[in-house]
Amino acid sequence: MIEHFGAQEMLYLISTVRWTLLLTLIAFAFGSVGGAVLALLRLSRHPLIRGVAYGVIELVQSVPVLMVLFLSYFGLSAAGIDLPPLPAASLALGVWAAAYLADIWRSAIEAVPYQQWEAASSLALTTPQQYVHIVLPQAIRIAIPPTIGFLVQLVKNTSIVSVVGMVELMRAGQLINNVTFEPFAVFGMVGLIYFVICFPLSYAGRKLEVVFHAGRRS
Amino acid sequence: MALHFSPVLANWPALLDGVILTVELSASSIALGMLGAVGLSALRELGPRPLRWVIDSYIELIRNTPLLVQLLIVFFGLPFFGIRMGAPAAAILGMSANLAAYAAEIMRAGVVSIHRSQSEAGLSLALTQRQVLQYVILPPAIAKVWPALSGQFILLMLASSICSFISAEELSGAASLVEQQTFRSFETYICATVLYVMLAGLFKVVLVGIGKLAFPQSSGLARLQAKGDAA
Repeated sequence: MIEHFGAQEMLYLISTVRWTLLLTLIAFAFGSVGGAVLALLRLSRHPLIRGVAYGVIELVQSVPVLMVLFLSYFGLSAAGIDLPPLPAASLALGVWAAAYLADIWRSAIEAVPYQQWEAASSLALTTPQQYVHIVLPQAIRIAIPPTIGFLVQLVKNTSIVSVVGMVELMRAGQLINNVTFEPFAVFGMVGLIYFVICFPLSYAGRKLEVVFHAGRRS
Repeated sequence: MALHFSPVLANWPALLDGVILTVELSASSIALGMLGAVGLSALRELGPRPLRWVIDSYIELIRNTPLLVQLLIVFFGLPFFGIRMGAPAAAILGMSANLAAYAAEIMRAGVVSIHRSQSEAGLSLALTQRQVLQYVILPPAIAKVWPALSGQFILLMLASSICSFISAEELSGAASLVEQQTFRSFETYICATVLYVMLAGLFKVVLVGIGKLAFPQSSGLARLQAKGDAA
């Protein structure tokens, strides 16, 4: 029987937004940890460590998110680990996000003037102290706008996790379309909901960039 | 766990077809999308003010919604308005529309980076607005943002993996067919991933090459000096 795309379907769509958001948050948490580690390794003094980190980042960035998703899903099950869809999907998205966040954060750390490092080491601070007290506080200001921009990419990329059985916003839209067969209305609405999530983030990222840039100029 | 690649590798013609379709879809979308991006940029700069708002809204709308939603709207939504097309055509249309918005935004950043004095100099030489854009602003602007554009092209090629959602059987679609035949899921996707990495490398080499050919010297001063040496 064919249903109409009405209030009930709309409510269902909105109720699945929480899965999209939860997925984004968990993936971002995984990605942050991985990204921070990779960024620090990428800046290591040892060329071998630097090279390996560079290789990992380049490799993940040359692979579609969909493949990362399939590989971790089937890889885990081939290794005998059976994860439910939510952790499996957020782990995969986290691996993918780590490669991009590592690049964003590495360039933010490199954007801190070199004299800051020199001044810190001339005060006999150790490398961890130089990071914690001198460099990171400045790097974080530089990193926040592009990180928020990347968050938009992450939200959008959660739309493909239906392949491993998660019912989030995109999958819910497909399910509703299967019973209403009004693809333009359903997918238009799904797109609009994504827009409502993503646009404020993009906007905030751009505004913050202006704010922080003004701070650096003065 | 034991990995068996031979049943997957036995299906190499299917994977090769997938690779070819991925390249075809990506290349056509890049060509069409860049045409669209140049069109959007030109209309935005030269058209009346309301048009600029329309174009800006389009760019924001595309950049803040998933490509998958855009593909589904093109493939399943447009037929209700009498616009029917096959899966590959829908994939190309959706990806071009997507790339046009991103590339237009990248090119805008390039145009902004060209100093105002350049266009003033052009106008004072009695060039029209369109000529200033075409000859004075766009060439150095595009040269400047070519690396960013190349990155966007490669991202689009990787993103084309979701075209299998609308039954365009590119590399990821071919991989899932092979998976269904061989039941070697992990091995199949390892092979597909290796192929994607190779494609990304190939795209990178080609795009850097095109950049070197199309924008041989990055600075005008270098160009002048080269001319001086020749004379």
